[in-house]
Amino acid sequence: MHDVRSTDPEGEAFQTEVQPRVHYLNATHGIAAWLLTKDHKRIGLLYLFAISVFFLIGGVFAMLVRLELLTPEGDLLSSEAYNTAFSMHGIIMVFFFLVPSIPAVFGNFFLPIMIGAKDVAFPKLNLMSWYIAMIAGFMILTTLLMGGVDTGWTFYPPYSTTGSTSNVVLAALAIFVMGFSSILTGLNFIVTVHTMRAPGMTWGRLPLFVWAQYATSLIMVLGTPVLAITLGLVFAERVFHFGIFDPKLGGDPILFQHLFWFYSHPAVYIMILPGMGVISELVAAFSRKQVFGYNFIAASSLAIAIVGFLVWGHHLFTSGQSAYAALVFSVLSFIVAIPSAIKVFNWTATLYRGSISLQSPMLYALGFIGLFTIGGLTGLFLAALGLDLHMQDTYFVIAHFHYIMVGGTLLAYLGALHYWWPKITGRLYTEGWAKVAAVTVFVGFNLTFFPQFLVGYLGMPRRYHAYVPEFQVLNVLSTAGASILAIGFILPACYLLHSLFKGEIAGRNPWGAYGLEWDTTTPPPPSNFEVTPIVTRPAYAYTHADVVEPYGGTTEGSGESGGQEVRSV
Amino acid sequence: MTFPFMPEQASTMAASVDNLFFFLLAVSAFFAVLIAVLVVVFAVKYRRVHEASVGAPIHGGLVLELTWTIIPLGIAMVMFVWGASVYFDLARVPQNAVEIYITGKRWMWKAQHLTGQKEINALHVPVGQPVKLIIQSEDVIHSFFIPAFRAKMDAVPGRITTMWFEATKPGRYHLFCAEYCGTNHSGMTGYVEVMEPSAFQTWLGGGAQEGSLAEAGEQLFNKLGCATCHSGDSQARGPNLEGVFGTTVTLANGQQVLFDEEYARESILNPQAKMVEGYLPLMPTFQGLVNEEGLAQLIEYVKSLSQGGATPTPTPAAVPGSTPKPQPSDP
Ligand code: HEM
Ligand SMILES: [Cu+2]
Repeated sequence: MHDVRSTDPEGEAFQTEVQPRVHYLNATHGIAAWLLTKDHKRIGLLYLFAISVFFLIGGVFAMLVRLELLTPEGDLLSSEAYNTAFSMHGIIMVFFFLVPSIPAVFGNFFLPIMIGAKDVAFPKLNLMSWYIAMIAGFMILTTLLMGGVDTGWTFYPPYSTTGSTSNVVLAALAIFVMGFSSILTGLNFIVTVHTMRAPGMTWGRLPLFVWAQYATSLIMVLGTPVLAITLGLVFAERVFHFGIFDPKLGGDPILFQHLFWFYSHPAVYIMILPGMGVISELVAAFSRKQVFGYNFIAASSLAIAIVGFLVWGHHLFTSGQSAYAALVFSVLSFIVAIPSAIKVFNWTATLYRGSISLQSPMLYALGFIGLFTIGGLTGLFLAALGLDLHMQDTYFVIAHFHYIMVGGTLLAYLGALHYWWPKITGRLYTEGWAKVAAVTVFVGFNLTFFPQFLVGYLGMPRRYHAYVPEFQVLNVLSTAGASILAIGFILPACYLLHSLFKGEIAGRNPWGAYGLEWDTTTPPPPSNFEVTPIVTRPAYAYTHADVVEPYGGTTEGSGESGGQEVRSV
Repeated sequence: MTFPFMPEQASTMAASVDNLFFFLLAVSAFFAVLIAVLVVVFAVKYRRVHEASVGAPIHGGLVLELTWTIIPLGIAMVMFVWGASVYFDLARVPQNAVEIYITGKRWMWKAQHLTGQKEINALHVPVGQPVKLIIQSEDVIHSFFIPAFRAKMDAVPGRITTMWFEATKPGRYHLFCAEYCGTNHSGMTGYVEVMEPSAFQTWLGGGAQEGSLAEAGEQLFNKLGCATCHSGDSQARGPNLEGVFGTTVTLANGQQVLFDEEYARESILNPQAKMVEGYLPLMPTFQGLVNEEGLAQLIEYVKSLSQGGATPTPTPAAVPGSTPKPQPSDP
């Protein structure tokens, strides 16, 4: 599909390659080789491992929260334990799972491959980002072992600076450190996209996943320092009693909310933009079609990244901010919804006259479109000033952001995992089980979170350990859904691990998909390509010639040219 | 088991908030169903039959793109304008509102009526009369939330926020704290009891030991020594506080500020922040010397100095321990 030419004699060499083929997994052996690797693919796997652990911990806390809410009385956990549970759930899910998830795992693994590069621009920095993330992870686990933190993931002062007796300083420090990992990864991606593209890989030919990663990286680099500064100020106030946020010391608690949401609102886009990038890849691959309106999708990623910085004040509608500020933040919030709507329409239009195959990654993608649509539309309710006064800080908000962040980001993450798993591991998983899991997640998710919209509008506030009996039926439904959802997460863990040992060997391109990552051998060689590819066609330019051997494909070393094909356009 | 789907509508604003809600619901349902139907229909109709087939080479269409950008933008602007107009109704307090001071403190809501009546985790209000809440916090951020009234406002330490509602149905409604405030956040709840005006007056008269809020404020004013400077005579070192509440004052830096609850509060706690023109920065801070309840009393006293003309007549109130008296100042 992409012209792969070699001008040097080495190009010939790999064609006569002998088995077993060298790829990134077997290139070197031993723990040390992994822990000191500068290969972006291995670093992606290191992240995959770490992030899975965080997701598991965050998930256990989610289940604790949900089980507590099965009954109106606060009977399962003490109020301190409950407050700690939802705080640790939020902190770990947001800062240690959602923010790094897609960029750190799939961005690291695939961004260089998708632009035809040998690695990221700064491989050592990349490894360092992982270590920084691990230090942060270690700190948050220490926080957990010391009894956790009970401020919620939002750390609002003066509660966080003077009211709480929990381990706020350590938790804030952990997030602070984690932020550096984000910044370094973002920087690395920006420079990589600017300088490492293969010949012919113009900006207009970049896969949309790469565009999304690029926009995300911009937000990471510009926004994360604000979070770091904000948490630094919380630290200073808590430890040295600076009067920054606590009015008793002469500070202003609303200042914190402005600073915090100046990062954390764009952070929602840090979480969701990479997911949108994944969905563009999946919809194109499983419709075998160019994404409808490539330019609009790429541009809307950038628009979201920019306007996303201007809407933070919609988290402050009930804080007594001036009515004029509220108006501005409200109108901007409506405007930022438009690029997201454009993407949804574009994905839907891409299906039109596609060649659609409902394999498991596509099921996740279609699930994403549904959940993200609901999440986005309910965001409009919260942007509407008069309604927000009623809904702010209720379960409606919880449902809304879970639809966006879990329904959106998590489904995209799972979709990406299933789509690229064969490329990453060289093995196929059991497709039947994967479909069952995708459906289970979708059903469980809706049963968990849809009732929360209703109970939220009824007036159930968030972060409640006990509630009034009228809210119980909806809460029971939600907890039942959470149990189904949990099964939907356990299933992939089982069949994916199983595939590592028993899975069929995956070919170069099991889906018959278009993209440089499917051009190279499976698993990819240490330098991604035996020969630097030269790109001559736009992204997703499917023709029949590209998908001659979707399934069997060329397995390791057994293909015509070790998996590399030379095709003319 | 029966359970509600919609919260009760018990204030004048509840219906307009719900109408906006239903409008958004209808639009959202339309788009959600549209997308869902299209996705399902396309997925079935264009499913892959031959292993190697590819989709049609359609790359985009400017007209379509513009259509689905502009139409949603238009709809969003309708939502924005409608939302903003409801918001202004919720934010603009009617002139004739009954005022009640609310203080959030972990983990209870304290209410002080102008008559001096105090209550905790309960709020008694008359039906059919606008009620303005003047909200403060003693420690961390809380949020005063009455779902049946579709009204909510944060209690932010260090400042005063206000909200209002007019209850339409006598009854008892849930009152929640909606901003997470620590251990017993979910216990920081209570109820709002909406009463017929006559019953409310009876209830108000039910025994406030310290007299009206303004009277208590006057005592505090004297006790704290405020009166030595704000004595009102020409030699006084502080400005005369009579008749200034609700007016615009000129500051030493030439700025104009409205003398409202927030300004009164700031001047007590942080007197040097906004110095009135012509006075020396002599006033000490009373931070730590008065609590939020005391502040409410002081503010109400200062306010009363501007309501009854030159003489400090507090809002008419029940005499301690006496039989209930009507409140002529509240129409
Ligand atoms: C089994 C699935 C899940 C359930 C049942 C669940 C449940 C909940 C509940 C009940 C809360 C509200 C806690 C409160 O405010 O009192 C909550 C908060 C939150 N959840 Fe989840 N959750 C689940 C999965 C996730 C996932 C997968 C993520 C992220 C990927 C996530 C992110 C968050 C965040 C950020 C908060 C906010 C915490 C806060 O308000 O401080 N949740 N979740
Ligand atoms: Cu509270």
